[in-house]
Amino acid sequence: MSTELQQPPFKSGVLRWIDERLPVLTWAYNELVVYPAPKNLNYWWNFGSLAGIILVVQIVTGVILVMSYTPHADLAFDSVEGYIMRDVNWGWLIRYLHANGASMFFALVYIHMFRGLYYGSYKKPRELLWILGVIILLLMMATAFMGYVLPWGNMSYWAATVITNLFSAIPLVGEPLVTWLWGGFTVANPTLQRFFSLHYLLPFVIFAVVFLHILALHQFGSNNPLGIDLSKKDKIPFHPYYTVKDVFGLCVFLLVYGYFVFYAPTAFISPTNFIPADPLQTPTHIVPEWYFLPFYAILRAITFDFLWIVPAKLGGVIAMFAAIGVLFFVPWLDTSKVRSARFRPIYKWFFWLLVIDVLVLGWAGANPPEGWYLVAAQLGTLYYFAHFLVIMPVLGKIERPLPLPTSLSDPVLRGTRSQTAN
Amino acid sequence: MRKMLIASLVAAVLAGSPGGLFAAEGKHPEDRDWPQEGIFGTFDKAALQRGFQVYKEVCAACHSVRYLRFRDLLGIGLDEETIKAVAGEYTVIDGPDDSGEMFERPAKPFDVFPSPFPNPQAARAANGGALPVDLSLIVKAREGGEDYLYSLLVGYTDPPADEEGLPGAYYNPYFPGGWIAMPPPLSEDMIEYADGTPATVEQMAADVTQFLSWLAEPELEERKRVGLKFMLFVLVMTGIFYAYKRKVWARLH
Repeated sequence: MSTELQQPPFKSGVLRWIDERLPVLTWAYNELVVYPAPKNLNYWWNFGSLAGIILVVQIVTGVILVMSYTPHADLAFDSVEGYIMRDVNWGWLIRYLHANGASMFFALVYIHMFRGLYYGSYKKPRELLWILGVIILLLMMATAFMGYVLPWGNMSYWAATVITNLFSAIPLVGEPLVTWLWGGFTVANPTLQRFFSLHYLLPFVIFAVVFLHILALHQFGSNNPLGIDLSKKDKIPFHPYYTVKDVFGLCVFLLVYGYFVFYAPTAFISPTNFIPADPLQTPTHIVPEWYFLPFYAILRAITFDFLWIVPAKLGGVIAMFAAIGVLFFVPWLDTSKVRSARFRPIYKWFFWLLVIDVLVLGWAGANPPEGWYLVAAQLGTLYYFAHFLVIMPVLGKIERPLPLPTSLSDPVLRGTRSQTAN
Repeated sequence: MRKMLIASLVAAVLAGSPGGLFAAEGKHPEDRDWPQEGIFGTFDKAALQRGFQVYKEVCAACHSVRYLRFRDLLGIGLDEETIKAVAGEYTVIDGPDDSGEMFERPAKPFDVFPSPFPNPQAARAANGGALPVDLSLIVKAREGGEDYLYSLLVGYTDPPADEEGLPGAYYNPYFPGGWIAMPPPLSEDMIEYADGTPATVEQMAADVTQFLSWLAEPELEERKRVGLKFMLFVLVMTGIFYAYKRKVWARLH
């Protein structure tokens, strides 16, 4: 907890003059330099800062792309494929950084979230920190979806059609709502233009929520692999220890990012999106980007009317939103007193089952909803909700956790696996 | 036991893939090696120039390439004089002039390669209702990319006995559905290569595929060159920061 602010050691009188009137430097010094972080964070704790960096990359590349992109149904495709990719200096680089950056952003955030689930980072007193994270995820999904529509390829067009059509499942107001969203009676130029406007706006909203996320994080400080509250002597200043560790992690990440941007830039882009949008030509398989596949599988898993009153389509939409909505309640669904899975011998296994379940859902989502794919999607969906709504609450009550160490430096009670700290 | 479990899981997954998919998605294309593949792969300029000749003399009768300007042909190794000469073979409509009239003039290097048809309707009318697609992005716009395009161009065969024909369509197992409106476009020695290479169907198909691959990704060589510098730089930085991180953290131990 940041109780007392430390004065930055200024040499310059000018800086001191500014800081007395506008204490941003004191603030930055306390949050980014002397901020006390647990000594024992492992590399899974690198992904938060990486996600923050890629957000900035997306905003910077996005702002540059807008300088050459034309948000109009007749011109958007040509402005990307004919102009940015060919005639704009370094346009291909900026475009591929941005398109692949979205995939990287989701990969980093998903790992970051699974890290939180494994080490119980959502538990008291970090509930709001977690909830702000889920809000960021929702905002990211909306932003990524609308960004995917902007090149106005055929998959852009049909993805926009399918996803906006989901809202038509809402009883009574569904149809007029969809017409209102489209700005017409079909996905067309007005839809593209409003998506463009919102795609430019939302990243800045994300940026603001990330700010709150960090504010909430620094209130109690990072959780750690042991999941126990650490005393002052088990903490180290953020700089230089975690700044240098984060820069090293950034370098490794840039190798992965760079591989995709320079050597496999279209790996995440469906070939169909290199065909201009065509309302008369429906792609054989309409498949979203990989990061939506598990949710897409859940959407299509509900093929039956529920209790005779909820039609299958509405059921699917509810299930898909509930799959994210349930994450908001995780801090209270998990009844265990112990945070870290290191000391939870049974939860540890269920954690990995959840990881496998999400991968299976992703695989099912990439394939047509028929035969075994559908069965996998349905079982996967059932298990996904069972994990959060049944396993988590029950396990917390019946599981007997391993004895917890009282501090990092406590040699008597220290478990064998917590030695990574020193 | 665990191995057997995994094996049976894999078997179940494979058995689950619907058999009907094959017919709908077309035969799997032949996996060929292309010079532009791989981390160090670059285009074969001679093949690109031959491929351009195939496009110009065969494909261009029906297919447009709306993202190709004559000056872009610098990228396949043509010099400025040649490009001016190639452009000069075509006329484009320009205008309006000072009296408000449109006029024809020889194409210049900054012009887009002229489309064979003035509009999609004219293109359909001349091709029995089928629209010859623009080829600018075709290699990126098809599952299988170069391999698919090559296999399609050389893959025309007689239909299996049990296949019912479609009027005005030709059988090609690589095309999704099996029946394609495009007649077999290539035949032996239909063009005479400027560099004397024998114009077999396979040669022309491979050359035009490489040309269209370049047209879809003209930035490929620059991208890989920049990529190599970037990756080497970051690799060095990774090493430096790993060492530095260890040094800083050693103070704690």
